[in-house]
Amino acid sequence: MENKEYTAKDFSSDQEVRWCPGCGDYSILKQVQSVMPEIGVDKEDIVFISGIGCSSRFPYYMNTYGMHSIHGRATAIASGLKAARPDLSVWIITGDGDSLSIGGNHLIHLLRRNFDTNILLFNNQIYGLTKGQYSPTSEKGKKTKSTPMGSIDHPFNPLALCMGADATFIARTMDRDPKHMREMLKLSNDHKGSSLLEIYQNCNVFNDGAFFGMTDKATKMNQTLFLEDGEPLLFGENKSKGIKLDGFKPIVVSMEDTSADDLWIHDEKDRVKAGLLTRFFDDEMPRPFGVFYSEDRMLYEDALVGQIEEAKELKGKGNLDNLLKGSNTWSID
Amino acid sequence: MTQETVEKVVIFFAGDSGDGIQLAGSQFTNTAALYGNDLSTFPDFPAEIRAPQGTLAGVSGFQISFGSTEIFTPGDECDVLVVMNVAALKANLKRLKKGGAIIVNTDGFDKRNLRLAGFEDGENPLSDNSLSDYRVSEMNVTKLTRECLVDITLGVKEKDRCKNMFVLGFVYWMYNRTLEHTIEFLTQKFKSKPEVLEANIKVLKAGYNFADTCEISSSRFEVKPAKMSSGTYRNIMGNQATAIGLIAASQQSGLDLFYGSYPITPASDILHELAKHKNFGVKSFQAEDEIAAVSAAIGAAFGGALGVTATSGPGVALKGEAIGLAFMLELPIVIVNVQRGGPSTGLPTKTEQADLLQAMYGRNGEAPIPVVSASTPSDCFEASFEACRIAIEHMTPVFFLSDGYIANGAEPWMYPQTKDLKDISVPITTKTEDYLPYKRDEKLVREWAIPGTAGLEHRLGGLEKEAETGNVSYDSDNHEYMVKIRAEKVERIAEFIPLQKVDSGEVKGKVLVLAWGSTYGAVKTAVKELLADGFSVSHAHLRYINPLPKNLVELLSGFDKVLIPEINNGQLIKIIRDKYLIDAIPLNKIKGTPFEAREIKNRIKELHDGK
Ligand SMILES: Cc1ncc(C[n+]2csc(CCOP(=O)(O)OP(=O)(O)O)c2C)c(N)n1
Ligand code: SF4
Ligand SMILES: [Mg+2]
Repeated sequence: MENKEYTAKDFSSDQEVRWCPGCGDYSILKQVQSVMPEIGVDKEDIVFISGIGCSSRFPYYMNTYGMHSIHGRATAIASGLKAARPDLSVWIITGDGDSLSIGGNHLIHLLRRNFDTNILLFNNQIYGLTKGQYSPTSEKGKKTKSTPMGSIDHPFNPLALCMGADATFIARTMDRDPKHMREMLKLSNDHKGSSLLEIYQNCNVFNDGAFFGMTDKATKMNQTLFLEDGEPLLFGENKSKGIKLDGFKPIVVSMEDTSADDLWIHDEKDRVKAGLLTRFFDDEMPRPFGVFYSEDRMLYEDALVGQIEEAKELKGKGNLDNLLKGSNTWSID
Repeated sequence: MTQETVEKVVIFFAGDSGDGIQLAGSQFTNTAALYGNDLSTFPDFPAEIRAPQGTLAGVSGFQISFGSTEIFTPGDECDVLVVMNVAALKANLKRLKKGGAIIVNTDGFDKRNLRLAGFEDGENPLSDNSLSDYRVSEMNVTKLTRECLVDITLGVKEKDRCKNMFVLGFVYWMYNRTLEHTIEFLTQKFKSKPEVLEANIKVLKAGYNFADTCEISSSRFEVKPAKMSSGTYRNIMGNQATAIGLIAASQQSGLDLFYGSYPITPASDILHELAKHKNFGVKSFQAEDEIAAVSAAIGAAFGGALGVTATSGPGVALKGEAIGLAFMLELPIVIVNVQRGGPSTGLPTKTEQADLLQAMYGRNGEAPIPVVSASTPSDCFEASFEACRIAIEHMTPVFFLSDGYIANGAEPWMYPQTKDLKDISVPITTKTEDYLPYKRDEKLVREWAIPGTAGLEHRLGGLEKEAETGNVSYDSDNHEYMVKIRAEKVERIAEFIPLQKVDSGEVKGKVLVLAWGSTYGAVKTAVKELLADGFSVSHAHLRYINPLPKNLVELLSGFDKVLIPEINNGQLIKIIRDKYLIDAIPLNKIKGTPFEAREIKNRIKELHDGK
């Protein structure tokens, strides 16, 4: 079909948006609506599927096909939809609880199968909709209603988990950086295969400031690292710091006494280094944003359709009468 | 040697689960079917794949009843018991008629086997006269098999695997059958292993010739073809029929079949069967668990496919929440439950009808779902087709209930032709004027707008929806209205299913046996025999359990007593009592095995006599 000319407004539904004022979800909705006209897909061929959570209300606000399903299962529902309809552009909206707690199983299986879908994981490190319990990404020691003495759970590192599940596209962005988010959304869409985009999202009601250090002017330069394919890992004020590899051990160096040529050069296709990058997850290293890893691999839906075509070629298109009849019959008159 | 003509024979093959009993049984079944006998079979598997050899727990069995008359069940009592070892004898002797024949592999009665089967030192049923009521034919099958294969270079283990062919050949001779169909089957199966093929055929023939020449089997029986309705038949197993029913519904509706499933006994064979038929465009998807399987089916249905998922009771428990979602979304999916003994993991390889109430009520909130059940192996075809038809035409999830007994059982099937199948009309819309996702037609069915259709973009979800628009609504009056309208929509399906018929007997009388599912054969046999003896009894068998046929109330009122036999602790009876306020009488068996016709017969007689 001829691609139509759209504006962001075409993707906004008539439903009133009901997130708390100041919620990071607004920014994500806005960027997604503004990226949609640029992906070259007709509106009727786009589907948003979500689970349950504040973030999962998202499809109601998109003027596309959509489904607000049940907690944790958006990935499984999207798998069935994509298997049945490889022609559609399928987007999955999920929260940190939705995708990593109740829906953890379906997430890893979708990733390993590599259905061509785009997963937007809204990570606010809290259960928003149920009013503020800790989530699988909340930091250890976190005090919430359900953990008055502090959480004793070791948190998930979502991107390391997804690397472990052999995801073919892994990226991170944040609600406070619309420009970067738009770029990541487009790259997620462009990737053929399952794209996992983790979006740091501020829940200003139950977990305000979870990513403060990465968004505040005073600290963000030192706490964030923006990845560019083929470029050295540089961060800090005026890119004054770099990251070098000593064997497999990343070390922070000052650019005053290091040449850029000696730095770790980011390579999206390097699985081992991507694995190391996902491990930049404590206060010692800046937190990476951008595309960690990208790989081309057979799509599940292509292989599925391929086998059907092959079976048709081998046995001929199915004939119901022959199937009903089977191979051995006898007659009684 | 005598040759006797008999009407009906029941054979039970039993041995270690590694003895190839199921293969021998199914081969005998095919040969009997192709000869024109009516028949019914029942495999009885141990729960473990390879339980310790020689033990009672490891015994695998296969029962076949075949005859020149109509056969509705695999039979109550056996005429012939074929046992590969002493454990198989010990576990199954109770099935054998007094005076019945036992064919014994003596090699399975050595010291070790006797000990494993729990006999004291020195005890041996073959030598202590305990089998004097039966006709025993003893032969050392292992030794005879090995001897016949001396010239073949296979290893001893591989040679011993042909033992089942020896007894099969022996039984073929007893019933005057040709070896031709089994040889054909073996030729296909061992296409790429000529040595194994040769060995199997040799041993099969050796068993046949041994019976012909040896002194031990003195009688041979003739079982004439059955006088069945004229037509063309094939042999069919329940799970196979279900798979074909789903494909047929896909073809008749023009919708692609998407089948999401997670392996579980006794439903897995549907997945195996469908995976073989990709040339029908079937998309079979082995999901990571049952929740994913049903969720994927819902996703596929949203995309405009016929979404089906199959499992057994434990899997249905996992699917509950998603089935509720499908109910809210009003999307067509079919949930197949091949029931097995519960609760929990229960008796995975045994049969039970104990998930009816789970299908009826096993969801949060008010979520009635149509329930369709199959009564025999071949009936799985029509019943699963009907489940799909209702799902699609009424835009609702539908339960299709089968069970381990009919799923694995086999019978001759006068299969239909495509031109005899119903069309299924699909409520897909492409009209953009006045489209509202939850606007309903006179059946109360909403239209199905699928992604890819310009102008019909809409959002569905599990939150309560406003009538017509489908927008999220927390309004209390709207909620009550929607709960009632969804229930009414399911009730109205009663207008689109056949009226309840009486299977045997008159439409009025003393006792009505009202049954559902796999009890069909036993009830039918019992009622037919009692009718012949002049009793006032009838049999009605439900296929549609939700909604029930419109005329059922009238039918029930025509009888003094209503007996409801079930392989559970009383489930359909709760529904019938609730709905019609009648004092129906339960007959329950919860032993993991089907009813025997005589059990039902006895209860009917008691009721008939006012007890
Ligand atoms: C089966 C089930 N269990 C629990 C819930 C309650 N519940 C709804 S949302 C949620 C957690 C949401 O957290 P997250 O996925 O992080 O989304 P957020 O609200 O933070 O965007 C829970 C526990 C539910 N709806 N369904
Ligand atoms: S609770 Fe938190 S995540 Fe949910 S809408 Fe409010 S601010 Fe956003
Ligand atoms: Mg959250």
